[in-house]
Amino acid sequence: MSLWRQLMHGFRALAHRAAADKDVSDEVLHYLEQATRAHVANGLSLPAAERAARLEVGNLTVAREDVRSSGWEHKVETFVGDVRFGARRLRSTPAFTLIAVLTLALGIGGATAIFSAVNPILLQSLPYPAAERLVEVVETGSGGGRSNGTFGMYHELAARLRSFEALAVMKPWQPTGENIDEPRFEGQQVSAAYFRVLGVAPAIGRDFASLDDQAGSPNVIILSDALWRRRFAADPGVIGRSVRLNDSQYTVIAVMSAGFENVLAPLADVWTPLQYDMSEGRAWGHHLRTIGRIKPGVGLDAASAEVGAAGTSILKDLRPATYDEATTLSAASLHDEFTRAIKPALLVILGAVAMVLVIACVNVANLLIARGVQRRGEFALRAALGASQGRLVRQLLTESLLLAVIGGAVGMAVAAISVKALVALSPADLPRASAIRVDRSVLLFGLLVSTVIGAVFGAFPALEAARSDPHQALKEGTSRLTGGHRRTRGMLVVGEVALATMLLVASGLLLRSLQQLFSVPVGFGSSGVLTMQVQTVGPRFSDADETTRYFAEIAEAVRTVPGVASVGLTSQLPLSGDRDEYGARFAATATQPEQTFSVFRYAVSPGYLETMQIPLRQGRTFTAQDDAGAPRVAIVSASLARRRFENRDPVGERLMVGSTGPFTIVGVVGDVKQVSLARDEPDAVYLPTPQWPFIDRTLSLVVRARGDQPPVTASIREAIWSRDRSQPILRVASMDHLLASSAAERRFALVLFEVFGVAALLLASAGIYGVLAGSVAERTREIGVRTALGASRSSIVSLVIRQGMLLTVIGTTIGLAGALAFSQVMVSMLFGITRLDPTTYASVTLLLLTVSAVACSVPAWRATRVDPAITLRAE
Amino acid sequence: MSEPTTDVIQGTLDMLILKTLSLEPMHGFGIARRIEQISRGVFKVNPGSLLTAFQRLERASLLDAEWRQTESGRRAKYYSLTRAGRKQLDVERTSWSRRAAAVARLLKAEA
Repeated sequence: MSLWRQLMHGFRALAHRAAADKDVSDEVLHYLEQATRAHVANGLSLPAAERAARLEVGNLTVAREDVRSSGWEHKVETFVGDVRFGARRLRSTPAFTLIAVLTLALGIGGATAIFSAVNPILLQSLPYPAAERLVEVVETGSGGGRSNGTFGMYHELAARLRSFEALAVMKPWQPTGENIDEPRFEGQQVSAAYFRVLGVAPAIGRDFASLDDQAGSPNVIILSDALWRRRFAADPGVIGRSVRLNDSQYTVIAVMSAGFENVLAPLADVWTPLQYDMSEGRAWGHHLRTIGRIKPGVGLDAASAEVGAAGTSILKDLRPATYDEATTLSAASLHDEFTRAIKPALLVILGAVAMVLVIACVNVANLLIARGVQRRGEFALRAALGASQGRLVRQLLTESLLLAVIGGAVGMAVAAISVKALVALSPADLPRASAIRVDRSVLLFGLLVSTVIGAVFGAFPALEAARSDPHQALKEGTSRLTGGHRRTRGMLVVGEVALATMLLVASGLLLRSLQQLFSVPVGFGSSGVLTMQVQTVGPRFSDADETTRYFAEIAEAVRTVPGVASVGLTSQLPLSGDRDEYGARFAATATQPEQTFSVFRYAVSPGYLETMQIPLRQGRTFTAQDDAGAPRVAIVSASLARRRFENRDPVGERLMVGSTGPFTIVGVVGDVKQVSLARDEPDAVYLPTPQWPFIDRTLSLVVRARGDQPPVTASIREAIWSRDRSQPILRVASMDHLLASSAAERRFALVLFEVFGVAALLLASAGIYGVLAGSVAERTREIGVRTALGASRSSIVSLVIRQGMLLTVIGTTIGLAGALAFSQVMVSMLFGITRLDPTTYASVTLLLLTVSAVACSVPAWRATRVDPAITLRAE
Repeated sequence: MSEPTTDVIQGTLDMLILKTLSLEPMHGFGIARRIEQISRGVFKVNPGSLLTAFQRLERASLLDAEWRQTESGRRAKYYSLTRAGRKQLDVERTSWSRRAAAVARLLKAEA
């Protein structure tokens, strides 16, 4: 009630200031009148009574002000007044305002944009109920390398684990639609419990049941909300309808809700059960991801320990051929797994953008101090007229906050644009890219940052003002100044240069890493090679011989296309994202025990190794005679040969691949980068396609042109379709393109760092320039006197340059030391260089010295133009 | 003047205003004069503090205010006690009596 009255009275006073003032004034006047009358009644003459009354009431204005300033609304009024005054000041110096606002907008916008990416990826939990109970089952091999899970392992774990509510496996699925020319659908094949593990249910229709997941059950699919709207016009009658995918009929059983975000495969529009047949023998191939939901009350560590123990006993019981004996299983938080690859990079980028923000703030603080110096006379006058120090500080803080808020508002626009650019630039596998946007929490962050930095950089000039002695300042006027603020500004510039140095070193290190990365030998000749995925769809390809014949036919057809030098087919293509691993087992001999190595398995056609120019080290390559009926043969990578046979000749030795074999080694070829340029996982086994018992229905075609330019896609596509028009062709890309995009993540980090580095350099040099220009302007008189006394131009120039370069050298030195520390967190992002790479440090130092020399030269030149006659006359 | 005047003891102005208004509605000068008279000139009220106190008490719902026209054609603001004001006066009166008695006892013990 009382608070309500407080507010109402306050608002009335604010809204009707004139009426409120009149009320106070009337009350005071009435008081005066009554007092006068009382004195007259006591026998004084009217003038004497009036004088006495006035004496009693005191200064009328003071009394009025007392009443007026007692309510809370007064503080609001002062604030509004300060804001108005501040806005007027900003408008009166448009150049200053523009520079300050843009600098801040850049800093705040950049920081906000990066925050908008960091927030959903690192800070928010996954968009599922009780997401902290979601885990991924991780398989770690003897060398510390990770491999995908198998259906067999999932099957056994599901039967044995007690601490899990549900367990599911999944793999990507890209079915073709009815129309062969349109892009394929993105989807996932999942085990029945997939959505239950995530804790979500379809919006309409029913979830997968375990019956749907059994081999031989009718085909069913669940649609995403987006696909349902796009293709079925959001018709609820779609449930029960039949659609044609991969040349088979699928019944739609459900549609997911619009809010469902499938973080494990963000683009997926269709889901179908895996329907694994345990009897087929493929159950132990490593191509699935396994996730699970822990029961409430069970800790992650306990769950992980149970998975580990179960995994070990399963491997001991069943001894599956595709597992290296030393494999260990564990459960890791799904969120951690999901951000594992990107987290270090994101944190480093966040650190970098924070530095840019600090530099931007320092620059603005510098500008404000310079302005504070110019306004010293104004403040001295106001202090002399009775403004308290607190009042002056509040005024200055209001102004800097105003500046920060305007900068922040423009910064939000910058952020909105940068977020779009960020998402467009981001590597394709950036998790939760769809959740990166400027939302409420991002806006809140921007507002918070603006306010904090407004208060922080406003504090510098405010403290300067609070320190200054009005008598002194008034005496000096504004023409001559003491140098106390120069030290503050100098320190700020040193800090700025130091931060810029750190950022430049970081971007230099990334640039050099990328250079190093692209000079890594990939093990094959990439230029002039075109790649594409060719698939076989339809019932006729259930026959292995038919499939083999078809692939041989299209290879032959492509070979006859003009300009094509050679053609090959492979089950997995290097640097394309393919990853198909098996255990390669060598039986025990008299001198060596049995050994299993995790290897990449390539089923290839004759001509693949030649087309890719993978060098043959020993023995022979495959020919058309290595067909299904011929003795089983294999080619191994040089690394695998060395690992098992050291210096002995491996040709003629035998090995098992998974549970298939034995294969006789007929050749050794060079090592190839399969997963990424940075990873050293060269162990590989090549097998002829017809000799692999589980026919690969999708192969990658590699085509080498006669020249350096990859051959024309259209004519190759036509050649393939001349055999069968209904077979899909996908993922058409030159090998060089695959090579470049395999480093997309590094490139992304590098682009961001380059932007930040350049911004930091510009801001820092603007800072150096500003301080020197200000200092030359202030020392005009001193310089004039020096010139008059016979100082040469060069000595004046060196005076200014020395001052500027001193700041740069101190800043750079501190920055280099800072970079030594900062580079520690970047180690995981570097490749082929140490974090102490001397080239980088040396070139950054040189760059900074050069740029700051340029920034010094303009004020130095201006100093030489000082005319002693004018400056001395001005005294 | 028989006794020297002093400012109102700090923190008691509100109570004195409430007490004065408990008799009848009054305007600002009336209240000041009444406090002076009843204290026999010991307390002199500063008009600035008085008017500020009015605003505070009014906003705290302890006073009601009403504008009346005077015979000289001016507007005069008359204050009266609200029910909450009356209650507050009782509270302050009790608390003051206790404190004054305590001070008196202390002074006596000293002597």
